[in-house]
Amino acid sequence: MSTRNDICSNCGAEIRFRWSGAVQTTCEYCKSILVRNDINLALVGKAADLPIDISPIQIGTEGIFNDKPFQVIGRIVYRYDLGTWNEWHLYFSDGSNGWLSDAQSEYAVSFANSFTDAPPAEADLHRGLTMAQHSVPLYLTVITDAMYETTEGELPFTSYDKEMCRFADFRTNDGRFGTVDYSETPPLLFLGQFVAFDSLKLKNLKEFEGWPNA
Amino acid sequence: MNPAAPRKGFVSKPKALNCPNCGSAIELRALGAAAGVICSYCSSTIDATNPQLQIIGTWKAAMTIEPAIPLGSRGKLKGVLWEAIGFQQRGIEVEGTNYFWREYVLWNPYQGFRYLSEYDNHWNFVTPLQVLPAPSMSGLVYANESYRSFQTARAYTWFVIGEFPWMVQVGEAVDTADYVKPPKMLSSETTENEVAWSQGEYIPGTEIWQAFQLKTPCPPPIGVYSNQPSPYVGRVRSSWLFYGAMCALLLCLMVLFATLAPNKMVLDKNYVVNPATTVEKSFVSDLFTLDGRNDNVEVRITADISNQWVYFSMALINEETGQAYDFGREVSFYSGSDSDGSWTEGGKTDDVLLPNIPGGKYYLRIEPETDPARAGGLKPRIPFRVRIVRGRPFYFRYFLGMFLLLIPPIWTSIRAGSFESKRWSESDPSGASSSNASSEDDE
Repeated sequence: MSTRNDICSNCGAEIRFRWSGAVQTTCEYCKSILVRNDINLALVGKAADLPIDISPIQIGTEGIFNDKPFQVIGRIVYRYDLGTWNEWHLYFSDGSNGWLSDAQSEYAVSFANSFTDAPPAEADLHRGLTMAQHSVPLYLTVITDAMYETTEGELPFTSYDKEMCRFADFRTNDGRFGTVDYSETPPLLFLGQFVAFDSLKLKNLKEFEGWPNA
Repeated sequence: MNPAAPRKGFVSKPKALNCPNCGSAIELRALGAAAGVICSYCSSTIDATNPQLQIIGTWKAAMTIEPAIPLGSRGKLKGVLWEAIGFQQRGIEVEGTNYFWREYVLWNPYQGFRYLSEYDNHWNFVTPLQVLPAPSMSGLVYANESYRSFQTARAYTWFVIGEFPWMVQVGEAVDTADYVKPPKMLSSETTENEVAWSQGEYIPGTEIWQAFQLKTPCPPPIGVYSNQPSPYVGRVRSSWLFYGAMCALLLCLMVLFATLAPNKMVLDKNYVVNPATTVEKSFVSDLFTLDGRNDNVEVRITADISNQWVYFSMALINEETGQAYDFGREVSFYSGSDSDGSWTEGGKTDDVLLPNIPGGKYYLRIEPETDPARAGGLKPRIPFRVRIVRGRPFYFRYFLGMFLLLIPPIWTSIRAGSFESKRWSESDPSGASSSNASSEDDE
């Protein structure tokens, strides 16, 4: 990948894009959200302070999923009624991108996918609903209404105009999972699988005072 | 570098905070990871995800319990260091009685959350599951193992302290379902919006006491717990395998000694009893030789009788030493017919085995006696045959051995069965019918 450099239109700090597909990033220094229009960066708003956060993952964390190395280049923090969770934006060595979901240290890797069957209508969502996508039977286990708490780093889409989003989380009998994101029309599908923390072989994690590094 | 200065990629120890309700000091151990923290003084549930520490609510706990594992203590379980950060007492009501158990939240900043549950000093190490167990005929299948439905209940939180990954409150209710495959169990907790699965693994309390270096004595478990591994598991099988091996060994010995036994006929002679005479009529046999050292001698008498008895007073006498082995045998045989058909009683042959007869030259003294009153004209003479065999192979003691050896495996099987029935006596019979996991159908 070719890294390109830009200048934050708010504070003038250097903005470095790690991923050429990034549409949005956040200035590390002044927390300005910058959206890329063609080749210029437009200042569209300011990211909120990160919530109290002790995820061991951070921008720059590296790991391996299905034998493919990845780097964490961005994240979205969602807030829902029981707290927050992180969706870490992953940039893979083969140029693809995906997400590492970190909800209270339950980790899952997923990728945007297309619907092979029509998604259930938002109004019809209820726990126990089943659907099949790409021949995977999926059981709806939780419906979450969440909002963007804040964002960090590079993202494949713009976040600044998003408000409440509804997510339907599906699980399977074999450790895979799916999420339908109803914040867009038509909804977005993400398919992936739960992963054990150790299996990702993460490097460049945060350190925790008083805790030996895992 | 000044450790107090914030640096990127480094998370300092959480600072002490004050309860926004009562002002008591609260130590946040998993700040940010935990969603709810409960003030140990005023029982307020505080939203720990928000820097402003908003109070979610204050509930009067119905009880106060001191956790056996003090919050903040650390222990290494399954190779990972965990810190106990939260504690709750939950209860279910069954037929008017409350049954309480306790749950500890364990936290590691990299690995996330695990739980310890304790009921009557039976402990489980609980891992949240992301995989949905699949329903089966008798319960669930997870990771190619079948779990049997054990119990369903509605659990209430009675007391809570410390930090939790969700906003737990006193009075919180969830529907629980347990499925067991000792030493493991699967549990689901269902609320309106979510069903959460976890897997528990039975762990001896002593292991927890050692891991967390608890100073108090570790109380012994009471009764049998749902997923407690049976101490008899494997022992039933091995005791029966041992029994089978012993039987095979005994059979081998039996065949070996039967083959080696002399089993030699030393006397086979026909005599006659004359019942008509009232005179005592004892006589002796020819001399015969008993080989070897101590061995058994079988004396078999066959008398051609019908509806009468003959009693033989006998003595096996060593010609050289004069040592006599006295014994008496009766041969009686009756037959007839009545409304039920024909019948017989007794037999025409009698065997007796004399053990431990030393080798030497012997003769048999025989004194037959019969019923003289019945003799009149019926059958004046009774022919009988005496056979003496040295060194009979014997079988009975082997079969007795096999029978006695049955006691340990049967005992073990009974104990194992009673352990299982104690386990299942705590299960609820309706549990099996309400086992629907991921396949909960749309209304």
